[in-house]
Amino acid sequence: MSLRSEIWNEPLTVLGRSAVNVTQALGAVFLFMFEALAKIFVPPFRFYYILQQIHFIGMKSLFVVGLTGLFTGMVLGLQGYYTLVQYGSESVLGAAVTLSLLRELGPVLTALMITGRTGSSMAAEIGIMRISEQIDALDTMDIDPVHFLIVPRYIAALISFPLLTAIFDCIGIMGGYISGVILMQINAGTYMNHMVSGVVMNDVTSGFLKAFVFALIVTTISCYQGFYAHKRGFGAKGVSAATTSAVVVSSVLILVTDYIMTSFLI
Amino acid sequence: MSEQPLLEYIDVYKSFGDNHVLRGVDLTVERGSVTTIIGRSGIGKSVLLKHAVGLLQPDRGEIRFEGRNMLELHQAERKELKKKFSYMFQQMALFSSMTTYENIALPLVEGTKLKRDQIHQRVMDIIDKLDIGDVAEMYPSQLSGGMSKRVALARALIDEPEVVFFDEPTTGLDPIRKSTVHHMIARYQKMFQFTAVMVSHDIPEVFEVSNKVALLENGRIVFSGTPEEIMSCENEVVCRFINGREESPVHAAG
Repeated sequence: MSLRSEIWNEPLTVLGRSAVNVTQALGAVFLFMFEALAKIFVPPFRFYYILQQIHFIGMKSLFVVGLTGLFTGMVLGLQGYYTLVQYGSESVLGAAVTLSLLRELGPVLTALMITGRTGSSMAAEIGIMRISEQIDALDTMDIDPVHFLIVPRYIAALISFPLLTAIFDCIGIMGGYISGVILMQINAGTYMNHMVSGVVMNDVTSGFLKAFVFALIVTTISCYQGFYAHKRGFGAKGVSAATTSAVVVSSVLILVTDYIMTSFLI
Repeated sequence: MSEQPLLEYIDVYKSFGDNHVLRGVDLTVERGSVTTIIGRSGIGKSVLLKHAVGLLQPDRGEIRFEGRNMLELHQAERKELKKKFSYMFQQMALFSSMTTYENIALPLVEGTKLKRDQIHQRVMDIIDKLDIGDVAEMYPSQLSGGMSKRVALARALIDEPEVVFFDEPTTGLDPIRKSTVHHMIARYQKMFQFTAVMVSHDIPEVFEVSNKVALLENGRIVFSGTPEEIMSCENEVVCRFINGREESPVHAAG
């Protein structure tokens, strides 16, 4: 082969191989997700484990989600006020804060918070189970590891994400009220009136739809990374790589998916 | 005519990339016996064991249980077969978020339709037999090495398997505890009448409790026989392993 053709072929080979690898990885992730989702409807239904996971994903994230919601709402109130006041439109602050929270910031920031707190620990816990042969042990006991470990996490996430998003939205709206009405002295009636008139049901449902999709993304990525932690490296290194990937990939996918969904929902 | 072996490996090959771990393994395991696989570290003993329980699939060859090729079984048949097997992992693989009691009960809770009080009865029976009542409510991280082995053994025996695979059950234990674990396996093998397949480095101690010993070397079983036969064997590879000698540079080069 001539030098010129080698120079041309090498980058193309690398590109082609990367494309194949990415396609295979995506296929594996989707198959993993479909398998887990299909098994949600297959008995036995492990209510105790589902409740345990709801407690872990939902209940234990409550404080961080609430705190983030409060300050996000307060910042939105302040920034919104100083922007709107320049155009004499500060009266619509209630609608601006509420719409921003319901449509975008509520579902996105809630999902990012849960990813940081729960996604990483999901990947680490399942990853440790993988490298310490606990998942193999389930297999030898004829217990389906996906059904036993992953399905309760999916169900818990699909319940917890929308509820946490709703809590984030409510506390965020309260934060906006504190900034706008209490600190900046906007009339409370005007604030509430514009909030009620500016929001339609579609804004609420689109936020919940996003929360639902983000639950799928975070659970799939985190559980998949943990479940195959042994392919990322040996021992603790594999778990560490899996945990990092779970957080990074989930976070990026949340933002990308948010943009795509907004394009269709707006 | 001799009795059909319970488990047979026939010309089994397995590679991981360029690492050819098993290169034509032939091995038979008789019903009700204790068969021990010995060999150097990293030679593929655990890999061999994992093929029998379906955690790994051979690249070539057959693994037969009661004369039937396990690789050709239907999913339902394989599921039934799995119920006959139990596997005690090298690192015990106890579930860290469950108590000892929950760990032992898990195969019954998930794999049978027994009622809660029946499960409780079975778990308490085996807890009594293995003398681990004191740690029933403890978590694996609170147990000593020896106690963890007993809990793992209890979990392996709770659903009354026909065959129990022990993957280096004495790893990390002191000589006294090693001997205790070996004798514990031998005692319970007689008590519960299961077939045991064990991977071990503990020679000659493990010979005391084994009916058959197989030496894995270079991906093949180079010797298989009774403990007495292996001790009197004049095969150079066997002697070298039994006496704990490295291959000399002259032999290695040759």
